[in-house]
Amino acid sequence: MAPALQGLLTIVIGISVCVGYFFGSNLLLDMLFPPRGPKAGRNTNIANLIRPWLFLFPALFALGLYLMYPVVETLRLSLTDRIPGGGYQWTGLSNYTQMFQEPKFWEAMGNNLLWLLVVPGMATIFGLLAAQLTDRIAWGSIAKSIIFMPMAISFVGAAVIWKLVYDARPEGQDQIGILNALVVWFGGTPETWLTLPFWNNFFLMVVLIWIQSGFAMVILSAALRGIPEETVEAAIIDGANPMQIFFKIKVPQIRSTIMVVWTTITVIVLKIFDIVFAMTNGQWGTQVLANYMYDKLFIARDWGVGSASAIVIMVLVLPILVWNVRNARREMS
Amino acid sequence: MGNVVLKDVSKTYGGTVNVLNDIDLQITAGELIVFVGPSGCGKSTLLRMIAGLEKITGGTLEIDGQRMNDVPPAQRGIAMVFQSYALYPHMTVRDNMAFALKLAKKSKEEINEAVEEAARKLQLTDYLDRLPKALSGGQRQRVAIGRSIVRDPKIYLFDEPLSNLDAALRVATRIEIARLKEEMPDRTMIYVTHDQVEAMTLADRIVVLANKGIAQVGSPLELYERPQNEMVATFIGSPAMNLLPGKITGTGAQTEISLDDGGKAVSHVQTEASDMGKTVNIGVRPEHLEATDGEGLFTGRVDITEALGEVTLLYFETVGTDPALIAKLPGVHKDRRGQKVTMTAAPEHVHVFHEGQSLLYR
Ligand SMILES: Nc1ncnc2c1ncn2[C@@H]1O[C@H](COP(=O)(O)OP(=O)(O)OP(=O)(O)O)[C@@H](O)[C@H]1O
Ligand SMILES: [Mg+2]
Repeated sequence: MAPALQGLLTIVIGISVCVGYFFGSNLLLDMLFPPRGPKAGRNTNIANLIRPWLFLFPALFALGLYLMYPVVETLRLSLTDRIPGGGYQWTGLSNYTQMFQEPKFWEAMGNNLLWLLVVPGMATIFGLLAAQLTDRIAWGSIAKSIIFMPMAISFVGAAVIWKLVYDARPEGQDQIGILNALVVWFGGTPETWLTLPFWNNFFLMVVLIWIQSGFAMVILSAALRGIPEETVEAAIIDGANPMQIFFKIKVPQIRSTIMVVWTTITVIVLKIFDIVFAMTNGQWGTQVLANYMYDKLFIARDWGVGSASAIVIMVLVLPILVWNVRNARREMS
Repeated sequence: MGNVVLKDVSKTYGGTVNVLNDIDLQITAGELIVFVGPSGCGKSTLLRMIAGLEKITGGTLEIDGQRMNDVPPAQRGIAMVFQSYALYPHMTVRDNMAFALKLAKKSKEEINEAVEEAARKLQLTDYLDRLPKALSGGQRQRVAIGRSIVRDPKIYLFDEPLSNLDAALRVATRIEIARLKEEMPDRTMIYVTHDQVEAMTLADRIVVLANKGIAQVGSPLELYERPQNEMVATFIGSPAMNLLPGKITGTGAQTEISLDDGGKAVSHVQTEASDMGKTVNIGVRPEHLEATDGEGLFTGRVDITEALGEVTLLYFETVGTDPALIAKLPGVHKDRRGQKVTMTAAPEHVHVFHEGQSLLYR
C-alpha cells in the first residue's frame, strides 16, 4: 500500500476509534446507570462522578504509557548495567560518577549553559522588537508571516539551510556559502565557521534564535495588542517618548507573557539536539547534553550512562517547566 | 491662562469618514465647558483633537494664542482623564501620579510634594503604595484625576470620567470635581458627558454637538429656557420636550398657533405678519404642562402613570404624533390613569420651531 494511503487509513481508523470510544463508553455508562426509573437521581449522580474519568482516561493512558513509564524505566536503566550475555545488575550511582568524570559531559554542560544564556534572551528580544515594529508598519502582517515562517521548518531542515550558509570551499574556489561569499567579497579569506572553537557554538545558536524569534514574536505581538490603548495615550500626554512608552508602559504590562516565552524557549534549549546533531554532531567543542545522550545511547550503546544523562536533562528542565506552567496559569486567571 | 480657540475645525477619519465640520468655539480661561450630544456625534473626537491624540484634519486649534495643531500633547499644557481611568497597572498610585513629573526630570522633593498634595486633595494618602487593581472604581478615578492635577496643567480634559461609576459614587465624584474646579478658578476644564445632570450642574457653558457641528452653545439655563433648535430642545431636559405640529394663525407680540390635532396654543415668541400660515412645531416641556378644564393644547387619554413621589409622569395615548406626549405634574396622581385630560401651558413656556429652528433667534 502507498504510504500516503496507509497514513490516511491510520487517521481514519484513529478518529473512528476515538469517536467510538467516547460514544460507546458514555452509552454504556447510561445503560448501567439509567437516568430514569426509581433511582434516577442517584444514578445520575454516580454517572456524573464517573463520566469525567471516561473522558480523561485516553489522555491519562497515553501520558502514562509514553511519558511516565519511560521516565521510570530511564531512571532504572541509569542505575543498572547490562551484563554481557543477558540480564542486568544494580550498580548504584556508578553510571553517574563515570559520566561526571568525562570531559565531554562537562563540555556539553558548559555549552548548554552558554546556549541557555544566549538563545532564550536573544530570541525573546528579537521577538519583542519584531512584534513592536511590525505593529507600526503597513506591511506588518507580511513581515510577520516571513519572520514566523522558520517556525514551520523542522530543526533539521533549518540546520541544513544554515549549514549551507556557513559552507566553506577552499580559497580561490567560488564560495557557495553566503557568509564566506560575503567575507571574500569584502576581501577576506574564507573560514570554516563550524570548526572555529568556542565561536562555532554561537553559529549554531543563530539557527535556533532564527527559528524561535518567530514564535516569540507571535505570542508577544498578541500580548502587546492586549495592552489598553488608553494607558499608552495617557503616557503620551504625560510626555513619554516612544522609547519610554515601550520600556516603561508596554513591556512591564506584558512582563508575565515575556517570562512565559522566555521559559518556553529555555526548555527547548535545554533539550536542543537536532541542530547540533545535523550541523556538527558535537564535534569541535559544540557538544550539548541531548546530543551527548544520543551518542552514549545509540552510538556507544552505553545505556547506563546514556540514561543517566537523560535524567540530568530532565532534572534541569523540570523546575523551569513547573515555573512556566505556573506563570501561564497566572496569566490565564 | 488656558484660552482655547477652535477655528473652522473639522475631522475626517481615514480620508473618507467625515465626523465633524466647521467647529468654531472660543473657550475662555477658567471656564468649565461641557460637551454633550447623542452617542457617536464626535464629542470624544473633538476632545482628543484638543488633547493632540487625534490629528486635526481641517482648521486650527489655538491655546493662548498659539497654534497647536502640530504641537505634541505633552507640550500643550493639557491633562486628560479617561473614562476607563487608564492607570498604569504595573505602577503604584504614587508612581502613577509621579510618572509625568519623573519624565519631566523634576527633583525628588518637588515630585513628592506634588504627589502628596494631590493625594491629600483627593483623600488618597492611605492608598499611595497600592497598585490600581487593589482600588475601587471611585478610587481609581480619583487617582486618574490626581495624575492630571500633579502636572498642574492649564487645561483639564475629561472624557466621560464618571460613566463607569455607580450612581451614588457618580454624584460624590461629580461634587468632588466641582470642588476642584472651585479651588482652581483659573484652570480651564473641558468635560464630555452623556449625563444631563452632570452637564447642567457642572457647566459654565454647554456645547451641544449634533449633525457634525455645534447645535448650540450657552449656559445650562439658556439651553433649557431658550433652545435654538428642536435638537437642543429635545436633548436638554428629561423627559424630553413635547413637540406638536401646527400652523401660525396669529402674529405679533404673542403668536397664536392652531395645532393639527385641534388644540390652540399661545406663545410669548414674537412673530411678524409674514410668518402667518407657516407650518411650525410648538415645544412644551413636560414640567410646564398643566391640566385644565377649558381649552388646551391637546386632550388625551392617560396611558401610563409613573409616580416618582415628588412628581408624577403622565404618558398620553396619542394619535398622529409618534413619541408619546408626556406631562410631569407635581405630587402623586395615580388616579389619572385611563382618564381623558386636557393639558395647557403658559405662553412663556411655549417654544415655536419653524423647520427645526426656534423663532426666538433670527
Ligand atoms: N478611528 C476611527 N475611524 C473611523 N471612524 C471613527 C474612528 N473613531 C471614531 N469614529 C467615528 O466618529 C464618530 C464620532 O466618534 P466619537 O467617539 O467622537 O463619538 P462620541 O460622541 O464620543 O460618542 P460616545 O458618546 O458614544 O462616546 C463615530 O461615528 C465613530 O464611528
Ligand atoms: Mg466618547
